[in-house]
Amino acid sequence: MDAFSAVLQGLPMTLMLTASAFAIGIVGAVPLAVGLSSSNIVVRLACRLFVDLVRGVPIIVWLFLLKFGIQIGTFKFDPVSAAIVGLGVVSVAYLAEIYRGGLEAVPRGQGEASGALGLSRGTTFLHVMVPQAFRIVSPSIATYLTGLLKDSSIASTIIVAEMVFQSQSFARQHPTMEGILPYVLVGILYIALSLPVAYLSRSLDARMRKAVYV
Amino acid sequence: MSWLSEWAAYLPQLMSGLGVSLMIAGISIVAGYPLGLVLSVMVTAKNLAVRTLALAVVEVGRGAPALVILYLFYYGLPKFGIAFESITAACLALTWNSAAYSSEIMRAGLQSVARGQLEASNALGLSWRHTFFRVIMPQGMRSAIPGLMGVAIQMFQGTSLAYAIAVPELMKSAYNIGSQDFNYLQIFTLAGICYAAISMPATWITVYFERRLARQT
Repeated sequence: MDAFSAVLQGLPMTLMLTASAFAIGIVGAVPLAVGLSSSNIVVRLACRLFVDLVRGVPIIVWLFLLKFGIQIGTFKFDPVSAAIVGLGVVSVAYLAEIYRGGLEAVPRGQGEASGALGLSRGTTFLHVMVPQAFRIVSPSIATYLTGLLKDSSIASTIIVAEMVFQSQSFARQHPTMEGILPYVLVGILYIALSLPVAYLSRSLDARMRKAVYV
Repeated sequence: MSWLSEWAAYLPQLMSGLGVSLMIAGISIVAGYPLGLVLSVMVTAKNLAVRTLALAVVEVGRGAPALVILYLFYYGLPKFGIAFESITAACLALTWNSAAYSSEIMRAGLQSVARGQLEASNALGLSWRHTFFRVIMPQGMRSAIPGLMGVAIQMFQGTSLAYAIAVPELMKSAYNIGSQDFNYLQIFTLAGICYAAISMPATWITVYFERRLARQT
């Protein structure tokens, strides 16, 4: 199984890219989601424009912009940091949209009741809205994570040595029939990797549903 | 202002690339959605073999990255003597992608049609053909419209991956221009604007349809 070990060589990089971009997204999307549901129209529209713009441009364009387009003094992005930053920014935009949907899905009465009880706006947001919104969006976040795992393959186009890149180089070295193997294996591996996330999301969803609708 | 004048010079070359991108997206949608409809019905078939086959086609189309499917068609299959031109490979790969994604959306749409509709059609003695095409599908497809529009936008953006197999689409044209005089920042910004100029309004239209549908139901 030469092909399989070649593909596996890229696995740590794929997982690292996905985890880093996901971490950036999970944290960075919070202020953006707050901005998206802000009552100040200027803030709201600016955040909306940012989210729509980031989502409206394919990931490969962001990666090429960062890798080839950005040069500040002597600083240039190396492929791995370009991929992490690019996938991270895209994750911020997608996850912010997911968070916003979750916050909007929390019944209005919850916020109003908190106000009536004299809770501060910070307490209302952090301890009333966010816990309920998280239950609603956790399956969507898991779905996004599997999407991000697949999108990390795009980093191979800027020469990051992740799984697809390794499959490519194996296939180049093996012009015989064996050369199709890495593509088949890497495809199966992506599907296999997203199974645990999908499973987790389903069990999480079931548990959270129980918690919300008692 | 130099950016604008350079952009004006680049634009004609980019536009031909954009044409190729739109064509590939169009083909993958026009061929993919009917296939998706067939798959969405096959997935619920009683025959185990049919169901398993359809499920495998859908799960691979959705679960494997589009880039991997592109490479499989363009670099993988030729090793078995099945060679495609790069544009054909891109169309085939993205068609598979769009069929897989759209089938899930259509299946959800078809399943959202109330069971009573099917029972009533049977009670009225309608043939399965009439039941499906005149009763179930028109109602099921309506709720699938926003999702299908979303997949169409995703397919348009996905054509940018065809860059990796040297299809002369928008991204490839941009890269070619950029490698002539190394104005990568300008040219990729312009390419991004081209993608956004189509994707963003399309997204807004999709959101509009989503809201309208949510109000009606």
